[in-house]
Amino acid sequence: MTITLKGRKIAPGSASGEALATSQGLSFFGGVDPETGIVVEKDHELEGKSITGKVLIFPRGKGSTVGSYVLYQLAKTGKGPVAIINKECETIVAVGCIISNIPAVDKVPIEKIKSGQKVRVDATQGLVELL
Amino acid sequence: MKLTSIEQDMLDGKYGQATKKSMEILTALGEIYGAKRMIPVTSVQIAGVSYANLGEPGLDWLAQMAKDGRVRVLTTLNPAGMDLENWRALGISPEFAKNQARVIDAFAKMGIITTCTCTPYLVGNLPHYGENIAWAESSAVCFANSVIGAKTNREGGPSALAAALTGCTPEYGYHLDENRQAHVAFHVKKEVRGTAQFSTLGKVLGDLLDSKVEWTIPYLSGISRATTDELKALCASIATFGGTALFHIEGITPNKTEIPKETHTVTEKDLEKAEKELNDEDAIIDFVSIGCPHASLHEIRQLVKLVEGKHVAKETWITTARPTKSVADRMGYTTIIEAAGIKFACDTCCVVAPIKGRFTGLCTDSAKGCYYGRGRNNFQTKHCSLEECIEEALTK
Repeated sequence: MTITLKGRKIAPGSASGEALATSQGLSFFGGVDPETGIVVEKDHELEGKSITGKVLIFPRGKGSTVGSYVLYQLAKTGKGPVAIINKECETIVAVGCIISNIPAVDKVPIEKIKSGQKVRVDATQGLVELL
Repeated sequence: MKLTSIEQDMLDGKYGQATKKSMEILTALGEIYGAKRMIPVTSVQIAGVSYANLGEPGLDWLAQMAKDGRVRVLTTLNPAGMDLENWRALGISPEFAKNQARVIDAFAKMGIITTCTCTPYLVGNLPHYGENIAWAESSAVCFANSVIGAKTNREGGPSALAAALTGCTPEYGYHLDENRQAHVAFHVKKEVRGTAQFSTLGKVLGDLLDSKVEWTIPYLSGISRATTDELKALCASIATFGGTALFHIEGITPNKTEIPKETHTVTEKDLEKAEKELNDEDAIIDFVSIGCPHASLHEIRQLVKLVEGKHVAKETWITTARPTKSVADRMGYTTIIEAAGIKFACDTCCVVAPIKGRFTGLCTDSAKGCYYGRGRNNFQTKHCSLEECIEEALTK
């Protein structure tokens, strides 16, 4: 059975993929290696995991105002996530998704999504489907 | 969102591709955050300048924008990854220098003043109380909102550039007075003095604010006086640890707010605990860096008094804005500081320069410097007063 969650469009587009979820905030500047897409923040739940090709799920962005460019760099080199789902999306992640054409949705109950689940994101409609 | 006819024309591409792309970013943000309209801004500060952080894709994006994008308002720039003139002496590779110069050229082509400092308010980009602006650089955002009383959201690099190229920003968040009220009060029971102690206080408050989502704006009491340098240090630290964009201090900052009923205290013990966390036990210090945020003339003058006639035994940098250094040159400060073996690093800082692997332990009076020194560069850190930093630098 497919469960559909309703959220708010941040950046348009749609994508499907495997979920990679964390309950901790994420800083793309300093927290993710821009060349490999691997989370490098010390003691982060996702430390050592690759965000490449994943539907990346975290509560909200944090840290430096340079994070938007790190997302852009990841997307351009094919190392970025296919979509982003937040609880509350802040400007820095929003701008990163908009300029990089990464579909993004927020105001979704992200605790209902587990890592490894197949997820379809229709960001234009603000919908997340758990397949 | 309701756009004026000029704003709509910008969105439709009548003012060129860069302006169109900028307006797309700003209207998207406006729609997400429920803005009803755009408002004019009169000052912009742009972050995302170091080639180490932008990479080739980021530079490509900027080069695209620079094709036909030109700023419409006063716009200044954050620090780059190197001293634009004296990079060789600071150990920067020619390849990095070449790429960093391409970044600076793209910004200059758009009419951005390449100040390359995180303290725009010290070198000619000084908004006034109540002015709507669009600033990136977390420490400067906090200073503009809190100390000056100008109004800005925490812009990311691209959204600040978009505001510069269109001259406007969506009206939401900190631009609205109802969103500038304090949520929680903290009474500081210990007298704090000097930039190092104010940055420790910033860590205590930042960590507290980060622990509860409904605490965004604090009201602080118990701080009887603070210099501009001390407030600069507090802003950098509270923004680093708490993501804070605005605070109020009783009797010191100009914004009006209701005083929250919920009051917590910050004690000497809290400050001692934070201080301990900033210091790695047994750190082996081989790098001393002063000037995060960029050193003011007053701080440079203090440094002169501490090092005159002496010589450092460790790699020691003072990071500052180039205009500040020009005055230091005239006053003879530079001669004294350089004779003591200390290197001026203008246009850059220890947070954005590519110095990973070059040093093992960083000593600084800045709590922000410690945070990024650890996170980005794997340094051990020692946090202490300016006087103690110099003592460390002089000791073999």
